[in-house]
Amino acid sequence: MPASTFAAIPDTVQPSSVEDAERLNNVSPVGWRNPKPLSVYHLLVIGAGPAGLVAARAAAALGADVALVERHQIGGDCLNDGCIPSKSLIRTGRLLADMRNATNFGAVPPAEFAFDFRAAMLRMRRITARISRNDSAMNLARAGIHLFFGTARFTGADTVDVDGTALRFKKAMIATGSRSMLPDVPGLAEAGFLTNETVFDLRVLPKSLLVIGGGPLGCELAQVFARFGSRTLISHSEPLFLPLEERDAAQMVSDALARDGVEIHLNSIATKVWMEGGQKVVELVNDGNTATTRVDHILTGIGRVPAVHGLNLEAAGVAWSAEAGVHVDDFLRTSNPRIFAAGDVCLETRFTNTAAASARIVVRNALFLGRERMSALTIPWCTYTDPEVAHVGLYVKEARQRRIPVKTFTIPMHDVDRAITDGEEYGFVKINVREGSDKILGATIVARHAGEMINSISLAMVAGIGLRELAHVVQAYPTQGAAIRQAADACVRTRLTPQKFRLARRWLRR
Amino acid sequence: MLESLQRTAFDYFLKQTNKLNGLVADTTRAGSPASIAVIGFALSAYPVAVERGWIARDDAVQRSLSTLRFFAGSDQSGAVISTGCHGFYFHFLDVQTGLRMWESELSSIDTALLIAGMLTAAAFFDRTTPAETELRLLANFLYDRVDWCWAQHEVGDAVALGWKPECGFLNYGWRGYDEALVLYALGLGSKTHPLTTASFEAWTVTYQWENLYGIEFLVGGPLFVHEFSHAWIDFRGIRDRFMREKNCDYFENSRRAVQVQRQYAIRNPRGFAGYGQDCWGLSAGDGPSIEPRTVAGRRQTFYGYAARGAPWGPDDGTISGSSVVASLVFAPEIAWPALRLMFGRKAAQRGAEGGEQVVLESGQQSGLQHVLQAGRFVHASGFNDSAGAATADDGISVWLSEGEFGLDQGMIVLMIENFRSGLLWRLTRSIPCLRAGLKRAGFRGDWL
Repeated sequence: MPASTFAAIPDTVQPSSVEDAERLNNVSPVGWRNPKPLSVYHLLVIGAGPAGLVAARAAAALGADVALVERHQIGGDCLNDGCIPSKSLIRTGRLLADMRNATNFGAVPPAEFAFDFRAAMLRMRRITARISRNDSAMNLARAGIHLFFGTARFTGADTVDVDGTALRFKKAMIATGSRSMLPDVPGLAEAGFLTNETVFDLRVLPKSLLVIGGGPLGCELAQVFARFGSRTLISHSEPLFLPLEERDAAQMVSDALARDGVEIHLNSIATKVWMEGGQKVVELVNDGNTATTRVDHILTGIGRVPAVHGLNLEAAGVAWSAEAGVHVDDFLRTSNPRIFAAGDVCLETRFTNTAAASARIVVRNALFLGRERMSALTIPWCTYTDPEVAHVGLYVKEARQRRIPVKTFTIPMHDVDRAITDGEEYGFVKINVREGSDKILGATIVARHAGEMINSISLAMVAGIGLRELAHVVQAYPTQGAAIRQAADACVRTRLTPQKFRLARRWLRR
Repeated sequence: MLESLQRTAFDYFLKQTNKLNGLVADTTRAGSPASIAVIGFALSAYPVAVERGWIARDDAVQRSLSTLRFFAGSDQSGAVISTGCHGFYFHFLDVQTGLRMWESELSSIDTALLIAGMLTAAAFFDRTTPAETELRLLANFLYDRVDWCWAQHEVGDAVALGWKPECGFLNYGWRGYDEALVLYALGLGSKTHPLTTASFEAWTVTYQWENLYGIEFLVGGPLFVHEFSHAWIDFRGIRDRFMREKNCDYFENSRRAVQVQRQYAIRNPRGFAGYGQDCWGLSAGDGPSIEPRTVAGRRQTFYGYAARGAPWGPDDGTISGSSVVASLVFAPEIAWPALRLMFGRKAAQRGAEGGEQVVLESGQQSGLQHVLQAGRFVHASGFNDSAGAATADDGISVWLSEGEFGLDQGMIVLMIENFRSGLLWRLTRSIPCLRAGLKRAGFRGDWL
């Protein structure tokens, strides 16, 4: 889908609750007075999202003079419009799903249980407010960071203007993040739609919701709203959800959404939207067939684009493009040797942990003659549907495209004792190793707690521990994480060739 | 048992064929269209029937000729109502007129199965009589007419699953590993419109070689994926680059896939009735479309006609009998007991409601309409012990698919024959374009 305009950032945001007021006071305090600028900063960071915060704090802790410029709200998407609010609601969704399954476990739920959407949203706001405390404007100032609220524009190779105030820097880092890509559907803008920036402001549970986009955001929120009780549909232009993930994982997500009652439309494109009787009518086309559906709300999540506009990058000699954002090399340096970038604005994989990791690299490379490469990092990620889908390293398809012989050790969760006792059997652990060795190339886990489980594989990869070696690690039992141990055991068993077996028997019978 | 199963299955092609044009119905159900894949199976089954003495050679030749003449003269305009275009054909055709039905897609894989049947017939009917000469000429003409390259519309130039005049090529991300091996073998061997070798590479790039339940194999969920191409091609001892790397071949791989299916049924994670070491086999086929019900404490929906698979599903408790028959050639030691169990199931029919609601009763005969013939559970497209109707007495109820599907009967005839005599494999080993296609795909060894 071609991107059209970005959703505009509102100039001021009115708090909707006490919790919201606390959050806003932390992330964008009214009446904040920008500090008097130093003549030059060791590091100037544009954007106070996850990447900007990590860089600013790390540099300040090492004694650097740091300026941090934020146009809207500290914490960026993650805190305010992304991870934190969505995971809070996902937790509520999981409880509702468990309640619907209660009789299987011997519990007797009421014939009809009520769901208080406002209470769930309030809990989400309370959590966001609480997490916003750590990196509040005051705390950042206390850490010695010069925090400027305003819009930054480059005015030269080493200068930036923030709403009329000139700042000079020795090194700079662009971390302006990304914005939601908007589908180019005639009538959509007029009919109104939600994105991740507005969906968490809903006051009333939608009676019906169409989610356009089957990536991580679309799948997560479609499942959440279906579990909340909205009649939920999801439309995705490809034959499978989660285009990055391997097919079995994507299929499991599709099955899970179907189990939760989401109406699934794959290979489907929204071609027209209009209002009728107070509802949004959407035309969906699939393989030449057109169907219309009426919904109360539309949520779009078709991807993200780097937020590069308005920075006047040309003045600083920083190369950029609309699709890739700020162009950086493997050391995260731009075409201006003084200027680096981190996070969503310059990276293909747009996750909070990637942003944070890239920011750490920038601090070392920019300020301390570091030569660390982004490509050397092992970065896992997770889609927080239920079951979760987590991945690290190479996909099998990538390995095959690079002609790396690869073998996968697969443990279905229905073979894992703790998953069976927990009634959380949907999923698998798949660990990809280089054929002929036990070197772990990558892994995909689909499980209720895949996000937790993937970290031990990430650890093994970074520490250079092979899959066979993992079999020597005694694990707590029964745990779902033991699935990884089962894969390791399977790998060890493949080493027991018929010859070795015969040798072992000869030894035992000597 | 095997002779009885094969003969009964072959009878399908005698009874369900329009003799004027050779088109064969997809199912025995009223109003069923013809399926081009089933026609391909029919053309391959006639040589078996001639060898086994079930029909006369002339009769088989005439049936084959009717079919080939029809396709040769069919409407290839690709219009919304036509028979095909670019040498391909719509999946479902009206049995009388041969025109597109059900707004079905122009199907690459089903055309490939049809062509495989045509070439098999041409390889068997090798006499110099005018009829058999015409048969061979037509078969080769129809094969040469297929514009395989035109269908290279998937990522990396792999072949698209289908095309519709309403919307162009279907985007299903249709890549390996699946039942398309025979399609690539045929397409790569074409002298007129050969597939590029890049298409086969692109198709194999999504291969997944996994150690699952301690068994290492090239993964494919439904059993038919591991069986269809083997109805025609003998993959024993020939290997492409992937199988050389894995020190295996596609025949051995299918054997392992059967073992995995059995292991899945032994584990039976979803708690379906009947599953076990001698009751397994998830594949594409008919299943119940009844309301969801509780199975093993879970809410289970039923999927109707679907491509079921192990270990990730879909699985609603429906077993495909014909896929077990087709497994005989790969893993007889585990297929035999499963086959015997299915063949010996006695049942009585008590009114139909969507599938047949069948009641198994031990001993009692009163109130029953008739006892189903032996093998009914094998010939039906699917049966499901978890979806039976409630019964007033103590009988155990089971859902059984109504009627028969041509694809299943075709696989029963061909795969039993390969098990008994290897006839189909012998025939196709001699087809030059198939050999050439396999070689271009990188296969080496044994008979190539």
